[in-house]
Amino acid sequence: MSLDRILQRADIWRGGDHALRDKGAAVQRSVPSGYAELDAQLPGGGWPMGALAELLLEQQGIGEVQLLLPALAQLSRGERWLMWISPPYLPYAPALATAGVELTHMLITRPRTQRDALWAMEQALRSGACAAVLAWLEEPDPQAVRRLQLAAETGGSLGVLFRPLQAAAQASPAALRLQLSAAADGLEVQIIKRRGGWSRQPVRVRRGHAVA
Amino acid sequence: MLWLSLYLPHLALEVFARGERRAAPLAIYIQQGNRQLVHVRNRAAAQRGIRPGMPINAALALCAELNIRARDEAAEAAALHGLAVWAGQFTSLLSVQSPQGLLLEIEGSLLLFGGLEALREHIAQGVAELGYRARLAVASTPLGAWLLARAGYTQSVTDLPTLTRVLHPLPLSVLECPVQDLAALRGLGLRHVGDCVRLPRAGLAKRFGEDFLDYLDKAFGLRPDPRPRFNAPEQFSAQLPLPAEVTHSEALLFAARRLIVELQGFLLARGAGVQTLVLDLLHADHACSTLSVGLVRPTRDAEHLTSLLRETLERHQLIAPVEGLVMHAEHAIELHGSHRDLFTSRHPEHRDWQQLVEQLRARLGEDRISGVCTCSDHRPELAWRYCPPGENVRLSVGRLRPVWLLPHPQLLVSVDAQPWMDGELNLTRGPERIESGWWDDNDIGRDYFIAENARHERFWIYREIGASVQWFLHGVFA
Repeated sequence: MSLDRILQRADIWRGGDHALRDKGAAVQRSVPSGYAELDAQLPGGGWPMGALAELLLEQQGIGEVQLLLPALAQLSRGERWLMWISPPYLPYAPALATAGVELTHMLITRPRTQRDALWAMEQALRSGACAAVLAWLEEPDPQAVRRLQLAAETGGSLGVLFRPLQAAAQASPAALRLQLSAAADGLEVQIIKRRGGWSRQPVRVRRGHAVA
Repeated sequence: MLWLSLYLPHLALEVFARGERRAAPLAIYIQQGNRQLVHVRNRAAAQRGIRPGMPINAALALCAELNIRARDEAAEAAALHGLAVWAGQFTSLLSVQSPQGLLLEIEGSLLLFGGLEALREHIAQGVAELGYRARLAVASTPLGAWLLARAGYTQSVTDLPTLTRVLHPLPLSVLECPVQDLAALRGLGLRHVGDCVRLPRAGLAKRFGEDFLDYLDKAFGLRPDPRPRFNAPEQFSAQLPLPAEVTHSEALLFAARRLIVELQGFLLARGAGVQTLVLDLLHADHACSTLSVGLVRPTRDAEHLTSLLRETLERHQLIAPVEGLVMHAEHAIELHGSHRDLFTSRHPEHRDWQQLVEQLRARLGEDRISGVCTCSDHRPELAWRYCPPGENVRLSVGRLRPVWLLPHPQLLVSVDAQPWMDGELNLTRGPERIESGWWDDNDIGRDYFIAENARHERFWIYREIGASVQWFLHGVFA
């Protein structure tokens, strides 16, 4: 029996390549984060498009949004939009503009209830009109996270959920989970979950060393 | 010329019945002297034993939950008017055949709609979507088509000899003559239309009048039959009375959808889209309440308008039971065709950003979603503002600024004149002096610093120039 015949069998799963189930949306598979040491560890070499990523952190203000900014800047310069749902403070336009984010493609919304926020994120991800949706939600349950993951796949968008550190103990259907902690010169990123393999060492990302 | 006629035999009932999805027993009554008699009833009422001509009290005794409405001829005329407005998308030559029908001249539209049968099918589906049961017939004279529709003849007749052949066996009841004339014709032993035609013309004219002869001649195409043209109004306004009072808003969506389909026909006829949709809910004892749906981009997509209206209705609290709906559309804006790429594959669920924004606004509220843009001001809290999505002013900003700004600067605790925030704050960069705003009363003079605490959280803090050693937190470097 030749190797080709074996590989064509339906009960063989190949761990090396992660074919994104392309639901008719012509998207790029991943967008580079701009930090070389992080890209080396992420499957696809960057943030996964058409999937949900969770960033788990204990404190705010350690550089969690700056980790995303180079990728957000690149995505906003395309045809699709960025959406921010219930950010903890005001996204400061001059800072984003300096980082290269195209402000004409940005939407911010603060729904009154958690249900509305979940609904808004699902609609934005599913529509395909947003390249990335960042949301700060209060403890979504696993079914809600699963729906968001499916919506991201349908729309080919990147969904980013910011959650507290305690959520690391829960199982989650998100495709990528990163735990962020502060370090003296930047961030320490521990990949808790990713497609196609286990992570190894934590990655040290230096502040301000983004390759734009 | 090829004419399509629509005959709506149940219009008196459907004016009310089309507003609700489930068919509750419904009877329409007319006033005869001082008695109220059932004029028509729907199938659910017929199953309970209600017959036309029965007094209303007897009907209510048979069926306690019967909905009864008085026959409203004005509403029927309005419904026919609305149907004519909707049908304007198929042809520009329309004529209303009061009180129960419509005539459309379709020869010029055959090519656009893919042939006669495809057009018939399209019109039949549309009329069903509007909530009417209609009989369709096609013939080469308007009156001939009308008589065929009244008789229920479904095959299309495209030339005069066939029309003559087909009209002959029709019963006399399809003719719209006064009752005594019909009785007299029957008394003469005539049963079919063809029998009348075979009689000598002079005698027929003397007995029943010239008009009757003209009528038959027009049907057979021997006389011209010009019809008054129906002109659609400039603005759309349609009404729908409901069969019973409605107390929750989801039930209104079904009725509103009928009106949206009429609106779509109106917009297709003009090649236009609508930017604002207004729905008035009529109450028995209150003034009407108004719902409005605004769109970022004009559209005539019925599905999109229905989903926006659904979100708006779900959020709306009814102040009183609703007994009717009126829909208006102001500002029909011309829509030009959009270019589509031949090779992009678009998932059926995908929408573009305007539709996403409209949908979010409909559910979350008009003011809950916006964009941001930069402003030309040195004062940090004024260097940005909320703006409609998609707007921006391009300004070059070079300085290091925090990703998050606090809405109002927060006073920090100071220990030994050093700022404190979950630990002592070390000033790592600064000072950056910003003094500005003397022209309005909002002038500031501040020294800004970047500070880091022991947990490596970074903040943007300032102190006032020359004032006491009070530190304020203004931003967070996320």
